[in-house]
Amino acid sequence: MHRPTPDPGHTAQEPAGSGDTKIPAPAVGLDSASLAFGDRTLWKDLDLDIQPGEFLAVLGPNGSGKTSFLKVLLGLQRLTSGSVQLQGKPVRRGSRDIGYIPQQKQFAPDTPLRARDLVGLGVDGHRWGLRLDGRKYARRVDELLELVGASGYADVPVGLLSGGEQQRLRVAQALATDPAVLLCDEALLSLDLHHQQAVSRLVNEQCRTADSAVVFVTHEINPVIEYVDRVLYLAGGQFRVGTPEEVMRTDVLSEMYGTHVEVLRSNGRIVVVGQPDATTHHHEHGEA
Amino acid sequence: MDFNDFLEATFNFNNYAELLPLVRNSIIAGAVLGVVGGLIGTFVMMRDMAFAVHGIAELSFAGAAFALLIGANVVFGSLVGSVVAAMLLGVLGFRARDRNSIIGVLMPFGLGLGILFISLYQGRSANKFGLLTGQIVSVDSVQLNLLAGCAVVVIAALLLIWRPLTFASADPDMAEARGLPVNALSIVFMFLLGVSVALSIQVVGALLVLALVITPAAAALRVTSSPRLVVLLSVIFAVTAVVGGILVAVGGRIPISPYVTTISFLIYLLCRFIGTRRRHHGHQRRGSPALTRSGPVV
Repeated sequence: MHRPTPDPGHTAQEPAGSGDTKIPAPAVGLDSASLAFGDRTLWKDLDLDIQPGEFLAVLGPNGSGKTSFLKVLLGLQRLTSGSVQLQGKPVRRGSRDIGYIPQQKQFAPDTPLRARDLVGLGVDGHRWGLRLDGRKYARRVDELLELVGASGYADVPVGLLSGGEQQRLRVAQALATDPAVLLCDEALLSLDLHHQQAVSRLVNEQCRTADSAVVFVTHEINPVIEYVDRVLYLAGGQFRVGTPEEVMRTDVLSEMYGTHVEVLRSNGRIVVVGQPDATTHHHEHGEA
Repeated sequence: MDFNDFLEATFNFNNYAELLPLVRNSIIAGAVLGVVGGLIGTFVMMRDMAFAVHGIAELSFAGAAFALLIGANVVFGSLVGSVVAAMLLGVLGFRARDRNSIIGVLMPFGLGLGILFISLYQGRSANKFGLLTGQIVSVDSVQLNLLAGCAVVVIAALLLIWRPLTFASADPDMAEARGLPVNALSIVFMFLLGVSVALSIQVVGALLVLALVITPAAAALRVTSSPRLVVLLSVIFAVTAVVGGILVAVGGRIPISPYVTTISFLIYLLCRFIGTRRRHHGHQRRGSPALTRSGPVV
């Protein structure tokens, strides 16, 4: 295939599909979704089904709408047109079916939260009133800490943790509701290689063993390349969907950027050379 | 004034047993207000809003001064002033930067208004001074009831929104992704903060509110990171400062606020000392450092 067009045909591939006669609702379904801020279109007529157990990487330069894409799935950003569904139901704010792993940020040293409390926010931080079943809560938190290998620093204040330790907790926090979809927003940014690998491995485990769909927004595909099933590439108001082999190609990206872009491969890693920085052409507020 | 006069003015325990029953109501009210200050203070620290508290206090002072001038209920005037200020900040200043400039603009305006009203007031000068430096011993039982009633409402409301408010204060982006109404929570919090500040002003006065709303929580944060312990300590510290202040001040001629602020400050110093010592001794509470720190620290 020469140019992976964004037709729904691509979505027929089901990396972890069950192959039932009855087609299950996709974890995420976008139907001719468009998003524009003023006269600036981020993407148009996006049809995309993400299946349970699929690992989708969302790539693109700054300002191409990667973060807005996540916000649409979280129900925090309304589409200009089209629709988006979560397990066959319209997306709404604060769905328990979505786990969200944000970019690493530093907590103030005197933040009154320990590692276990940060994870605990994911368990019942949204509930009103006082916690009545403390034992059940503590058990769940311990379970999650164990799952991401963070038991060793469970009682350390979050302000004293390293970025990598924090991101492990973010994974635990996101998994607290056993979500059908795991959204990662530059979750590896500012981590060293060791922690990048550890965190992406945890995300992949959730994807393969618990059948969560993963939407992994990143500017850098290499740390997760061995896990990625498909890529959604956003650039210049256009998009392409397909396997990394189909999308991460010199001709495809050059066409999107409207200038010659070289895609190099070496040892399973992909390097894109010569891509213009989108922020020099656009207002930045779309990314916010 | 020689040293003996100073001592007699500040620490006078003659007839203590007879004086104590007279301030019983004040002690009860003071304890309840201490609980409010300790609770709300932990959120003020988490949201980094110490400056906002000060700004709200000045407008609360203006409201109280106006009430004094027109002969209305001072507690009520103070409540109106601080709730209006808090809501203004809540609506206009979601971002810390905006908020600080808005506070900087509102604060002198409020203080100026307060001075205007006070200058126009013809009554007892003790009343004027009381607004700035605290007056709980002199409030009548009607006002005490109003204070305690408001305090109970604030405490109940805080307990109701405790977890979402903690989430939204400590980790706002994540809370929003979870679908929590972060902005609405912030407005509700500002309302509760406004009420709490107005209440605290009755104890320590507009100028010293921070001693009741910030210092206890800041002290608690020095010695622990456990959310539950922070709240517990903060409340204990605040109550100790208020009740202790009232008890020591009973016999002297001085308002209670210097006692309250001093006790509060001493507690803070002590906690700071303990916190620093602990850090020096590598008090990190890591279970198995070798395991968890296998990679380079980012």
